Amino acid sequence: MTATFLYYPGCSMDGSAKAYASSLEVVCRVLGIDLEEIDDWNCCGASEYFSLSQAKAHALIGRNLALAEQQRNGSSTLVAPCSLCYVNLAKTEHYMRTDRAVASSVNAALEAGGLAYTPGAVKVRHLFEVVVEEIGLDAVHSAVTRPLSGLKVAPYLGCLVTRPDYEGRWASKEHPVAFDRLLASLGAEVVDFPPRTDCCGGHMTQIGPSTGFELIRRLVDAADRLGADMLVTLCPMCQMNVDAYQGEMNRHFHTHHHMPILFFTQLMGLAFGAEAHALGIGSEVVSARHALERIGIEVPVVEPPPDAAGRPPARPKREKKPQGLPMPAMPEDAEVVR
Amino acid sequence: MPGSGHVDAPSPVREGDFLREIVAATEGDSRLGCCIQCGTCGGSCPSAADMDHTPRMLFAMIRAGLRDEVLRSSTPWMCVSCYFCAVRCPQEVHIPDVMYAVKAIATRDGVMPDSTAPDFSRTFVANIHRYGRSFEVGLAAKHYLRHYPLRLPGMAPMGIAMVTKGRMGFTPHRIRGVAGLRAILARAEELERVGAGREVSA
Repeated sequence: MTATFLYYPGCSMDGSAKAYASSLEVVCRVLGIDLEEIDDWNCCGASEYFSLSQAKAHALIGRNLALAEQQRNGSSTLVAPCSLCYVNLAKTEHYMRTDRAVASSVNAALEAGGLAYTPGAVKVRHLFEVVVEEIGLDAVHSAVTRPLSGLKVAPYLGCLVTRPDYEGRWASKEHPVAFDRLLASLGAEVVDFPPRTDCCGGHMTQIGPSTGFELIRRLVDAADRLGADMLVTLCPMCQMNVDAYQGEMNRHFHTHHHMPILFFTQLMGLAFGAEAHALGIGSEVVSARHALERIGIEVPVVEPPPDAAGRPPARPKREKKPQGLPMPAMPEDAEVVR
Repeated sequence: MPGSGHVDAPSPVREGDFLREIVAATEGDSRLGCCIQCGTCGGSCPSAADMDHTPRMLFAMIRAGLRDEVLRSSTPWMCVSCYFCAVRCPQEVHIPDVMYAVKAIATRDGVMPDSTAPDFSRTFVANIHRYGRSFEVGLAAKHYLRHYPLRLPGMAPMGIAMVTKGRMGFTPHRIRGVAGLRAILARAEELERVGAGREVSA
């Protein structure tokens, strides 16, 4: 049985989130999901276009909705794997459906490109929602051939799946447990992760680094304290921030966190028996090799190992001296020292 | 004094004019007029520490008609759009949308806070106009060289890892329909200008 959906990949799937794309391919093959890519889609504008012009941002997103409507066959569900793309598509769809002024101005703009969108023609969903609601956890669970027993994961859902939730489909917008359940169905040990829907900093790593680093620190610090082996995400932006900026964050706070972050599709692929390499594992900056090898999953070397002994580059935590030069410290650190 | 030194600028005469301008520029029903100044927004905001004003304060300033101060505030530019405030607000004010409206007005009027954020948005959007897609490498390179050159040495290991692991594409993808997309965006801009003109004259 094959379930067909319209698919809006978003720009990062072909760049920083290639591992998400390749692991998604494996997952779709196993679960019988057919993702039909929208032909010649354009960027959703991320969180930047709305800052310059709302009318143009809606028109930009409207083009994607119009193309999706044209391409509808069998399914009218438009799936986006990126939380930011998802929320933007959902936002324009929502405002076109509920605000006649938005609908008419977007369509007037689309006319210049020979396009039109009928509000309500497509249903916008995040990939994760489709897996949980349309495919179902039973189907996921029965496809598991290599349970991830012994792997402790922190489910990091991020902001935008449950917020703003234009259609009011999520009962809990701050502590939903659907992501926990999905990961548990793969056999992984899921820690109770309070900051599961906290912000990864979004564009703050670019425009206000100290704020961005603090938001990343809160996430990896919480995961570390809970003894998690890794964070699991469903958003390229969250993955990029926590993974690629973790080194700079460590330098900023003089910490030594080593907290890998993988996409949920990568873990699904592993549980379905796929090889790590086919799932893009190894392309993360903060290596997940050590954590995966502990549960018996081989991760091939795609580049020089972190150090000669093959250990991840995590250094042991240094003891903080009670006296010494004044160093930046968080309030809770100060308490520990005293 | 608010607006002193800008006596020639067409500043709103009556209190509430600026509030109306913001409400009109926000899509849907912003509910900004319903704000009860409880401060739940600022208390929920992960980037409030970096803002010139908390969201609550900004809304009070909007009501007080402090147009120039509001448009120059870094607050909306530091918003990460996590929607915590939006789902917690007891009055259901559409706070992130209001922030976008304030930014769009500031952009249109060329009034910018002292922040690299507006420039980041502009570079991002320029890439969309050029290619129809975002171009991660070009965007990051341009932004860091211009605003954070001192961060570059520290970022080198990450940059090298991203390149060797094949996570950075050096050639932007241009969509086939880029001409059509530009026509759509140009029409949207035209319509927006006409719409804004109508609001002012009304």
